[in-house]
Amino acid sequence: MKRLLTIAPLLAAVIAIHLLCAATGTLYYLTQMTMSAYYALLIIGLCVLMGYAGQISLGHGGFFAIGGYLSAALTTHNLEHLQDNSVISALHSFGVLQSGQDLYGGTLLVVNPWFACILAILAAVVIAYLIGIPVLKLKGHYLAMATLGFGIIIYRVVLASEYFGEADGISEVPAFVLLPGLVVSGDFAGRVQNYYIAWGLLIIGLILLLNLIDSRVGRALRAIHGSSEAADAMGVNTARFKLQTFVLSAVFAAIAGIFLTHYNGGIGPSEAGVMKSVRYVALVAVGGMAHLWGALTMGVLLNFLSLRGAFGAYDDAVFGLILILVMLYAPNGILSVRWRPRWARKKTAVEEG
Amino acid sequence: MDLLQVDKLHKRFGGLQAVSDVSFGVRSGQIKAVIGPNGAGKTTLFNLISGALPSSSGRVLFKGQEIQGKKPHQVAQLGIARTYQNIKMFSGMTALENVMVGRHLQSRSGFVSSMFNLPGTRGEERLIREKSMELLGLLEIADVAHVSATSLAFGQQRAVEFARALAMEPEILLLDEPAAGLNMYETAEVGRLISRIRDLGITVLLVEHDMSLVMDISDEIVVLSFGQKIAENLPAAIQQDPEVIKIYLGEE
Amino acid sequence: MTTELFIQYCFAGLTYGSIYAIVAIGFNIIYNTTGIINFAQGEFVMLGGMISISLLPFMPMPLAIASAVVLTMVIGALIEIVFIRWLKDPSVLRMIIITIGISILTREAASHVWGENIRALPYFIGNEITAISILGARISPQVLVVIGVCGLMVATLGVFFKTTSVGRQMRACSANRTAAVLCGINTRNMVTFSFILSAGIGALAGCIMSPITYSQYDIGTGLAIKGFTVAIIGGLGNAGSAVIAGLLLGLIEAFSVSVVPLAFQDAIAIAILLIILFVRPHGLFGSSEAAGLKEF
Repeated sequence: MKRLLTIAPLLAAVIAIHLLCAATGTLYYLTQMTMSAYYALLIIGLCVLMGYAGQISLGHGGFFAIGGYLSAALTTHNLEHLQDNSVISALHSFGVLQSGQDLYGGTLLVVNPWFACILAILAAVVIAYLIGIPVLKLKGHYLAMATLGFGIIIYRVVLASEYFGEADGISEVPAFVLLPGLVVSGDFAGRVQNYYIAWGLLIIGLILLLNLIDSRVGRALRAIHGSSEAADAMGVNTARFKLQTFVLSAVFAAIAGIFLTHYNGGIGPSEAGVMKSVRYVALVAVGGMAHLWGALTMGVLLNFLSLRGAFGAYDDAVFGLILILVMLYAPNGILSVRWRPRWARKKTAVEEG
Repeated sequence: MDLLQVDKLHKRFGGLQAVSDVSFGVRSGQIKAVIGPNGAGKTTLFNLISGALPSSSGRVLFKGQEIQGKKPHQVAQLGIARTYQNIKMFSGMTALENVMVGRHLQSRSGFVSSMFNLPGTRGEERLIREKSMELLGLLEIADVAHVSATSLAFGQQRAVEFARALAMEPEILLLDEPAAGLNMYETAEVGRLISRIRDLGITVLLVEHDMSLVMDISDEIVVLSFGQKIAENLPAAIQQDPEVIKIYLGEE
Repeated sequence: MTTELFIQYCFAGLTYGSIYAIVAIGFNIIYNTTGIINFAQGEFVMLGGMISISLLPFMPMPLAIASAVVLTMVIGALIEIVFIRWLKDPSVLRMIIITIGISILTREAASHVWGENIRALPYFIGNEITAISILGARISPQVLVVIGVCGLMVATLGVFFKTTSVGRQMRACSANRTAAVLCGINTRNMVTFSFILSAGIGALAGCIMSPITYSQYDIGTGLAIKGFTVAIIGGLGNAGSAVIAGLLLGLIEAFSVSVVPLAFQDAIAIAILLIILFVRPHGLFGSSEAAGLKEF
């Protein structure tokens, strides 16, 4: 109940933005707000990993891509020619597969988006575990480089595999029917509905993470960040908690990727690019590292501006500049800056990575 | 049988023999002190027992079970708690939250049940909070429960660290120079506190510099010098030991 | 595999390998004096190549290259002075993010100045088709220039660190910073100097490799990752073994052409990096004891 009260202003803002856009005839803004919400979902997950568990990841674009690409590939690759295969027909009768029509009226047999979604999340979990076990033993520069390396490998794989559409990516991804009448798609008529789906998902994600931070697990994570040695001595299995947080944030990234891909109707290799991963880190940093609300606000705001083309050709440069400025002048995030005279300022310090 | 037994423990750092062939035992319910001049290897010894450092050779037995080579969190699980000479507060958390971390092993909630705040988690959370407040009360710092731990006065931080260790309900508590940085009044206070902890049934092993405190409260004392044990006896006998006097006061 | 092909692969490997080694040495120089991994290291190489290409219409090539190296060194110094010098005791995470930001800004600035076109310096000797025959294999003289100049750079650096006063002061900084301060060494200036030095060698490498590998605004990240891989294989901070590691990686890449599809070429270095990080984070040639003392 208490949690609902803290969420209420956000809910009100979401509705207010919709009404405002409707009243001013600018509903087209909702499209970017929807996309920003999905990116923000990834960012709040990464925020828990970076800000609370204290582990940097320059590879979260990779997990986004794993989610997006897998669900896109599974729901678009036609299995029609395998229809006679007994496994395929069995899957079909169990509802794992669904029939459809392509643009030219040909029949399609593809994986049902719900099953694709679950498979993509499972894949993200498994990969995050396998990667996380060795990677999270590393610290600082080594951790940054290893996660960066992971991201680049995912990028190379999608760029080089025919299955993932190489440089063109995957398009014509079908709509994702969550429930009858509740559809994730870029369909013009579903714009308002999709806005609420995205923000609903983001708010649920936020509530779950707020709960987590304020629990035994959250305290253990913050303790690791405060003093890893003392946390160990309290019986906190630091390695396991770091790993589980890594997996959790990977799941958030994958879900964001899955939904955004269905919403956009496609995904391209740039989503797996290094710049994307760096951008997510930048947004968590701007929001204040250990600050879920800050990460959410900044994640939505800057992604929205970027998607509206506010930064023009300087898009990447803007994020690079933000990274530098925030780390130089406000290592605890710009929301933490108090404009007090220099002498009254307390020493601020960002926690060790 | 001894609760904790250190058996021929060795630790080398490169060419430096920090702990050399040290053996002693701690009986259940006693307060045992390890003293020695700076650099005698006292803190290293603690780090070896608590698993923060791997030993070069030798054994550490807790209730007859070998624990050397175990990770710190595994050692903690067995019921061994410790404090640090230079207090290690969890920064960014309140005093109460610091103590609540101490209840980690007494609670179960994982990622999923925490995120969905399931009924079991809620009940557990309430118990953690109550127990932690109780401990803050015991150490007379309940009034600063919601103050950020790192902004507390030094003496209060020490108290929080004690409460945090006690929250683990350990069988043995390792105290690394609990009086370091405290004034005479506060030191006496810590002495009373340690005796009270023992009366709660918790065995105490402490490393200390302050001789008056050690002589007051310990049941037995081990003296280290340059990594080697040179004496182990009752406080009164240690005070008379010519070898010990030589280390502390120098050759006559 | 024929002898000619074998030799050709060897030379290709050595060429790229020596460039990787230079980038890795750049990493090591800065790491040793500051404990920072400069993620913008690859950008120095890019700048060297691009600046020299832009200067070429106005001056002879040796002068253009020299000017490009000097300009990049100035940029290196500016980066250190503006972004790093005044930070008090920054955390590793903060430094990582700042140098990543610098790398992005440099790359974006380059894309606006030079566009996205691929450019190249002309061959130093002859042209694309000039070749000398070594045991039947046709090798471009530029390849020998790259290998030769890189070898010369390594040798010069070795002499510099061993015999000159500044070199010794930098080594003192890396061995023990506090002690260096106590000995009256201005460690701040040494840090600036390490940025200048690694910008300089990076830029020179960028110039000599340009005719063969071409220059583009975005080559920095790829080079940085390979340079880092090499620095890790050799053991972070160890310039000598970086040379061996660099050549090794170059050769592995060259010979893997026949096995691994071209699209996955870049992934080889990264896969090696990950394996090394997981198995031996202190490097193939480093000792774990020494690595334990450093902050990763």
